[in-house]
Amino acid sequence: MAEILVYSDRWELGRELVFQGRQFARKLGLGLSAAALGAGAEDIAPELAAFGADRIYLSEHVALQGLQPEVVAEALAQIAELVNATYVLISSTRRGKDLTGRLAQRLGAGAVTDTNAMTVEDEQLVGKRYALGGNTVAEERIETPVKVFAVVPKTFEVGLLEAGAGEPYRPELSLSPSKVTVVDRHARESQAVNLEVAPRIVGVGRGFAKREDLDMARLLATALEAQVGCTKSLADFRWLGEEHIIGLSGARTKPDCYIALGISGQVQHTVGISQAKVIVAVNKDKDAPIFQLADYGIVGDIYEIVPALMESLKA
Amino acid sequence: MGVKIIVCVKTNLDVEMVRVRNREPVLEAIPYKVGNLDKNGLEAAIQIKERGAEVTVVALTVAESNGRIKETVKEVLAIGADEAVIVSDSGLTNTDQAGVATTLAAAVQHIGGADLLLFGEGSTDNYSGQVGARVAEILGMPQIGYARKVELAGPGVRAERIMDEMVETLEAPLPAVVTVVSEINEPRIPSLMNIMKAGKKPVLELSLSDLGLDAASVARQKTILSNLADEQDRKHIMLEGDASSQAAGLVDALIRERVLGR
Repeated sequence: MAEILVYSDRWELGRELVFQGRQFARKLGLGLSAAALGAGAEDIAPELAAFGADRIYLSEHVALQGLQPEVVAEALAQIAELVNATYVLISSTRRGKDLTGRLAQRLGAGAVTDTNAMTVEDEQLVGKRYALGGNTVAEERIETPVKVFAVVPKTFEVGLLEAGAGEPYRPELSLSPSKVTVVDRHARESQAVNLEVAPRIVGVGRGFAKREDLDMARLLATALEAQVGCTKSLADFRWLGEEHIIGLSGARTKPDCYIALGISGQVQHTVGISQAKVIVAVNKDKDAPIFQLADYGIVGDIYEIVPALMESLKA
Repeated sequence: MGVKIIVCVKTNLDVEMVRVRNREPVLEAIPYKVGNLDKNGLEAAIQIKERGAEVTVVALTVAESNGRIKETVKEVLAIGADEAVIVSDSGLTNTDQAGVATTLAAAVQHIGGADLLLFGEGSTDNYSGQVGARVAEILGMPQIGYARKVELAGPGVRAERIMDEMVETLEAPLPAVVTVVSEINEPRIPSLMNIMKAGKKPVLELSLSDLGLDAASVARQKTILSNLADEQDRKHIMLEGDASSQAAGLVDALIRERVLGR
């Protein structure tokens, strides 16, 4: 039987893909296999089974250490062949995207990265992703025998546990170690930012006249228990690190509340906030495109509105 | 024996100029532009050269027609590439990431290989992030993605990147593929002098058949079923009055929406 094969370098994302893969497999009449690779694979395997995988292919092969893309691609290609995979679902993280190109090329497969919605149409999985710099959403169907989709984290809800047969297999993989060596690995110096899971985000753009003025946004963020994100231009100015970028070249966020301060609303940025539950925009220019996307809009000067917001929050 | 760095460059529509009418993108009269991140790749190559290594920087680009990339080639040579290689062929009209990677890899081999291949982490228009990894696979090279620093180190390349909340420093032997993020550098604006000199730099033009390829070998692997602007259902409530009443109105609204964390 043909299969859907699921893999993620991060267990919590693998769980999401396995759960959703189960639904797709049922609709398409396919089996569902999950791969657990690298250190800790043995521990993850039972959890993947608990979320509905029929079979778990696990390997702690020494060459998988560091999860370098050429080695993981080789491992997954061997497993894909073993299970006769028609679809491979991967998480569209940095590691996942590096892997996707490599694996797809090895499998002679077409691939869609940054997939943010998937449906079954005419007995096939199709994916949606932003295209044309975020101006449009393209719906794409892959025409090669094996199809690889890299899916943006949190695209799917994780439902209740649903035990599959979950048989573990430990295939003999033939892997060579990566030529890439990790010379150093340490926690990043700056304060941890994880915009993809932040419940509230204060976004800053070119409406801020100078770097020091971002303190105003930081204070508001602290008051709201929010994280600070920015447009790419502020990172280009070196006012904030790249980990703060929201949009096409940065994080795709899904907060309960996004507050855009002095952000004009170019699509390159707004693709990263379109999944927010509530969007607030503050901008001097009443014609700024950000207002098209806002639930609540304030036409005004951020240098007046933000202090006023701080006052209102104290009340 | 110097080091040959090939920087792959894409010419795409200036996506900031695209407007949407009835959810359809309006693409007429939109100019083309060199990919933003590709310029970071080029700048990284030039900086490696300026640090004193004996380096040749080659810009490589592919397109379905010569006209589309003429300006690109002028620009990258003015910025500082030593030479340019163009693969232009109508057979590339209907291609996607695999076909582009196949073409790039064949062109790299055609010109005698590369020691270091640099890419932006993604293109400005499509941002798939696939092409660098696909080329690395075809050429059997190690790859380092998302570098925010890159330098030659001994017989190899050393790069730093942020991955899973960690700062990683990686080394790979040459030849290797490295993709870069925008944080890596500030791409330079060419001086008038360099713009003048660019016209004299060598440009090699190739077709698919020069590379032993044809339209079929680079054909699309995917069908675009639809491509329309996103539709958003938003409330569009504007808060009026002076700053303090606007602010108070917003806080009330956010409390009603239950999105404040308290």
